[in-house]
Amino acid sequence: MEKSKVLIFSAWLSACLATLGSLFLSEVMHFPPCTLCWYQRICMYPLVIILVTGLFPVSQSVIRFASPLAIIGWMIAVYHNLLYYKILPESASPCVRGISCTTVFIEWFGFITIPLLSLIGFTLILSLLFATHRTLTNEK
Amino acid sequence: MKNKTILIVISSALLMGFIFFAGMNIYKNNEFKKYEFAAKDNFKLFVPEHSIRKGSADAKIFVTEFFDPECETCRRFHEVNLHFLKEYDGKIQYVMRYAPFHGNSIMMIKILEASRKQNKYWEVLEALYAHQPEWGSHHNPQPDLVWKFLPDTGVNIAQLKVEMESPQIQKIIEKDLLDGKQLQISGTPTFYVNGIPPEAFGPEYLKAAIDKALVEL
Repeated sequence: MEKSKVLIFSAWLSACLATLGSLFLSEVMHFPPCTLCWYQRICMYPLVIILVTGLFPVSQSVIRFASPLAIIGWMIAVYHNLLYYKILPESASPCVRGISCTTVFIEWFGFITIPLLSLIGFTLILSLLFATHRTLTNEK
Repeated sequence: MKNKTILIVISSALLMGFIFFAGMNIYKNNEFKKYEFAAKDNFKLFVPEHSIRKGSADAKIFVTEFFDPECETCRRFHEVNLHFLKEYDGKIQYVMRYAPFHGNSIMMIKILEASRKQNKYWEVLEALYAHQPEWGSHHNPQPDLVWKFLPDTGVNIAQLKVEMESPQIQKIIEKDLLDGKQLQISGTPTFYVNGIPPEAFGPEYLKAAIDKALVEL
């Protein structure tokens, strides 16, 4: 496989992992998703479809369609993490009803939390998209 | 080249799907074991003394329901519960616990518990559910409508209004909330059959859990 294909494929794998992981947390483990999680899901789930269709063949268009979602999702994830780790006060959060966005459900190894996993996912996908963009420009 | 990519994509998708479902089964089995353990150790968590029960008093199978009088699904499940009580007559008893998740749930629970003192609990529950679409509409809840139809059940309203505010009822609500939190109840109705949750949500799963408990008896 050429390099750009491997990159988009890896991005797709990350999106699948994030999608299945979040579904596992809410549907199997029954952790209710908070509002901010829903916004991040809205950005993450379509990436599974966009990235896999973008493999046939890989071109600049997959980056054009995938990056807006990835950037918006990444920004929400950053905001969520700032709230979660109390860098921003929660009073600035939009989640007052239902599930609080700062409820801690999992904490693996003492620091890996659900919002952090989301941020890692979006960062990874964005970096891979960026790398694909560079590879495609160089190939030309 | 293209075929190879398709192959890789499909096999990865299958593999991820497989891992997801395998993980789901492992998780559910572990949960099941955990609850079984909890049930033996914490009989009181599922069958506390303060909770009202329905069914034969000597039945060995306890169906604990965490419910909310303002929840529409609980209303629909009420029919299922009555059906099961008939079908498994003499074999099961329901334990009613509260999980107030709506705006007027607490008020309705207070009404229920106060009517219990007048031996009208089930009549009042029936009436609350029957008129739920009127008083409990999510767009326009009108809890005061209950005073219009409650007299039909035969409860003494004046007495009920006084007893609603008793600290004893407050304690029951607080205890149920606390236990619900410990069990991580996030929706209503939530059922436990002798302390073990049904495999999934739905009348057929509740029935399966009851049947299973009957076999193990």
